[in-house]
Amino acid sequence: MNEVAIVGIGMHPFGRHEGVTGMEQGAIAAREACRDAGIGWKDLGFAVGGSMAAGAPDQMVSMMGLTGLQFVNVVNGCATGGTALSTAYNMIMAGIQDIGIAVGFDKHPRGAFASDRPVHPVDGGADWYGGSGMAINPQFFAMKINRYMQKHQISHRTLARVAAKATRNGSMNPMAWRKQAFTEDEILQSRMLAYPLTQYMFCSPGEGGVAMVLCRADQAHKYTSKPIYLKAAVMRSRRYGSFEVKASYLSNDECDGPTMDASKAAFEFAGIGPEDVDVAQLQDTESGAEIMHMAENGFCEDGEQEWMLERGETEIDGRFPVNTDGGCIANGEPIGASGLRQVYENVLQLRGGAGERQVPGNPKVAYTHVYGAPGISGVTILST
Amino acid sequence: MGQQVSINEFVLDISGDEPRLMGGRCKDCGHHTFPLLSGCAHCAGANVESVPLSSRGTLWAWTVQGFPPKDPPYLGENDPENFQPFGVGYVELPELKVEARLTESQPEHLRDGMEMQLTVEPLYADDDGNEVVTFAFAPVE
Repeated sequence: MNEVAIVGIGMHPFGRHEGVTGMEQGAIAAREACRDAGIGWKDLGFAVGGSMAAGAPDQMVSMMGLTGLQFVNVVNGCATGGTALSTAYNMIMAGIQDIGIAVGFDKHPRGAFASDRPVHPVDGGADWYGGSGMAINPQFFAMKINRYMQKHQISHRTLARVAAKATRNGSMNPMAWRKQAFTEDEILQSRMLAYPLTQYMFCSPGEGGVAMVLCRADQAHKYTSKPIYLKAAVMRSRRYGSFEVKASYLSNDECDGPTMDASKAAFEFAGIGPEDVDVAQLQDTESGAEIMHMAENGFCEDGEQEWMLERGETEIDGRFPVNTDGGCIANGEPIGASGLRQVYENVLQLRGGAGERQVPGNPKVAYTHVYGAPGISGVTILST
Repeated sequence: MGQQVSINEFVLDISGDEPRLMGGRCKDCGHHTFPLLSGCAHCAGANVESVPLSSRGTLWAWTVQGFPPKDPPYLGENDPENFQPFGVGYVELPELKVEARLTESQPEHLRDGMEMQLTVEPLYADDDGNEVVTFAFAPVE
């Protein structure tokens, strides 16, 4: 069977960049990824691009070079970057292509993500769902963690610990948007946006670009002395009975969500277990999500997060470091780039190149998880 | 003189004495959806019908919308000066859990498992002076 290696990575800083289009940020990241792999754009057999709000990614060829390569555009809500990577992975695994690039970028306006199209399109009548004040992403995350906190005894302080860790890690990341570390009390005292989540517990829509060059593993040493192997890249959508964002109803027959489904499939495919993972980047659109995703991805039991956070186990020097680059909370969320940012950070960590925020002890296995509307999860497992 | 009208009769019927939510039911497997969809999300068939849903249930999950939603799509008051936070939750009915506004917005008065009853809430006045209402659930005293 084929294997896939990541041989080059590139990133445009996340944040707000007046006068630079989202696509230009993607192009800067793509050039950097090619340079890191020691190749040129003309050496790529294919590209997969993801963007929600910054234009059709394949238009990038006009600034990168009209080489005739196959270019696939993808969109999957907040999981768009993850989809770009898994699509590229699948093309190499299938033996159709030897080397290509996954690129993601975006540029969103300020404020919470809003539906520009009705979740339930109506012919002639009012958009009753969004019109009534629902279909707002933060509501879902707030309801999910609020229920989880009551069921599994998670405290408000633990929510603040997640956000404090994110901003602390972000303050050590030159690519991050938010570089100011907040204290737990500052986070708890910030404005209540969607109970129990306060303003500083949320990420914001932002801007940025990430790209990575992938190739057949048996050719990786042509491009780099430190290939990172992509052992699994799995996407799953929701099943009937799961509890997902922008759902106007839920079934009374409950079942596991797409995160648990994708995680189990990825671990099984890679032949690696949660206990083998040395560093993880888990979707943290707000601090409640990181807490729940720790359990949904198999890294702890429900409720254990309370004392894991209290003991600092998910800190960079802890037993199980989570969101070492500051996650979505410190980096913001340019949808097309966000899932690739997680993989970029893990490649840095596995290469030993994460600088001030390097996880000690030469990490060998790294994990990413991204979640998107309307109930999509993407998981990757990387190893040295 | 204006009167009360439903935000959309497809999901909220206020023509009778009591408001009713309208959902979908699969004639093959018996599972429900809200709203009525063109197919069944459970068995993937297409033999579905419109049915009224129960009006009483229990609160399953909740939050409070603390910032003004964007317009569009929001049709209610979203001027930051006048915006009032409102509760949002899933209410578990015998058929399914439905997402709805809650008439209660104080966290200390909301808890999972409390009994809830369907009602309507005014959202805005239309050009003809009618009061447009949407569905909401109120705690049962």
